[in-house]
Amino acid sequence: MIRFENVSKVYARSTRPALSDINLEVERGEFVFVVGASGSGKSTLLRLVLKEEGITQGTVLVAGQEVARLPQRKVPRLRREIGTVFQDFRLLPNKTVYQNVAFALQVLGRSGHAIRQVVPETLEMVGLEGKEKRLPHELSGGEQQRVAIARAFVNKPSILLCDEPTGNLDPTTSLDIVRLLDRINRTGTTIVMATHDDDIVNQLRKRVVELRNGHIVRDENKGVYGSGT
Amino acid sequence: MRLQFMLSEIWVGLRRNLSIAVSVMLVTTVSLYLLGLGLLAQREVDTLKGYWYDRIQVSIFMCGQDSAEPNCGGKAVTDEQLAALKERLDQMKPLVKNVYYESEQQAYDRFQEQFRNSPLAGNIRVGDIPQSYRVQLSDPTKYDVVVSAFEGAPGVGRVQDQQKTLDKLFTVMNGITIASLVLAFIMLVCAVLLMATTIRQAAFTRRRETGIMKLVGASNLTIRLPFVMEIVLATLVGVGAAVGLLWSTMQYLVVPYVAKVLPDVALVGVSDVWLIAPYLAVLMLAIAILTSWVTLWRYLRV
Repeated sequence: MIRFENVSKVYARSTRPALSDINLEVERGEFVFVVGASGSGKSTLLRLVLKEEGITQGTVLVAGQEVARLPQRKVPRLRREIGTVFQDFRLLPNKTVYQNVAFALQVLGRSGHAIRQVVPETLEMVGLEGKEKRLPHELSGGEQQRVAIARAFVNKPSILLCDEPTGNLDPTTSLDIVRLLDRINRTGTTIVMATHDDDIVNQLRKRVVELRNGHIVRDENKGVYGSGT
Repeated sequence: MRLQFMLSEIWVGLRRNLSIAVSVMLVTTVSLYLLGLGLLAQREVDTLKGYWYDRIQVSIFMCGQDSAEPNCGGKAVTDEQLAALKERLDQMKPLVKNVYYESEQQAYDRFQEQFRNSPLAGNIRVGDIPQSYRVQLSDPTKYDVVVSAFEGAPGVGRVQDQQKTLDKLFTVMNGITIASLVLAFIMLVCAVLLMATTIRQAAFTRRRETGIMKLVGASNLTIRLPFVMEIVLATLVGVGAAVGLLWSTMQYLVVPYVAKVLPDVALVGVSDVWLIAPYLAVLMLAIAILTSWVTLWRYLRV
């Protein structure tokens, strides 16, 4: 589903590569934790998948397409295959829960009929039924992240990228959010989650890829957070 | 993107950015108004010049059947007299540079064309304007030589020197043209800069929305079209206001005033405003679309 072949990334005005010589394969339907300290390259890895950044060296394949060769005008099509969730939720503050989720479909030109059908289903799946008309600031952090996940998932992408989705949440809520991601994973969606939340990684026992200074130092199935350090 | 959704996005955008949208509209109005004035003044100069064969200094009007001039004695000019006058004009070369003959029919046609916007055109019949020789001089200052030579000649009704009136008028008109075009250009530059600033600001205030649009894979067109449409809408309102202002200026200021002061002079009229309006609109829309697209390309990268 996602394949990195000898990928390096050096940001302009930076001497040290953010990623260097990364080889990584994520199969369809996998759930992968990408762990590591701040600045280890986790976010860069996700940004390369989205083609938010160019690749300095190597090849990134996403859903069978070579990202670097993709012309700019085809980037939107790539991103429709990928849902994205962030630490800071990134909800639109003046739109309701329902409108926030519907927005993702509206800008893709989906019909009103389809939107009215899919959005309530998705909100129910993330456990937000009955809160459709709330504004983001009337929700708890965990609920806001559920809205963000609903928005990322409402178009049924084949990949869900999560960049520290639990970074702003307390441990119990964090676990709830990851359980939700786990449920989404079981519908066949590939999930790549960057995190430095050791509790969660240790509890879920999924594949763990550890980055340090832009290198992969560990890649193990059913791993825990700290074994490589 | 669905039309209804896009319209609501545009509406929200305009409301959030109302003051700046209004300023885009006003700058558009003023720049197009000035540009329109310049174009109308230029059309006026062209209208006048075209019929006076560029630089006619002296017109020798012949006697017509109904001429009231004492020299005519109630008789129209004969073919022999015409030929004699032509011969004398030819002898006056090189002072006389060119001679054009204008028949009664040609004079009538010219008048109709020249006063196409005036009720005067309907009151004139063929023959009301006598036939004439239009004389171009190599040295315009010596017009009195020609005037004195032909005044009172057999068959000549009246000799008229038009140089002075015309030159003054052309100077004023050219001044108006140049001044308004220069001002219009400055205002157009303002308009472009203001549009670019507006887009930048709108892109900044809506960076959350556009960020999400990019992430979920909205096409470039979907992301950019609302911004472009906001500018286009503001521009369209501005174009409408400018055309309305030009129309009012012609209808209520220029036409009545000039009809009083210079009743003899053919002027561009209200119909010319409609003639230049499409060009103004197309020009401004092209500027608006181009400016916003370039600005968006610069500030809204995918």
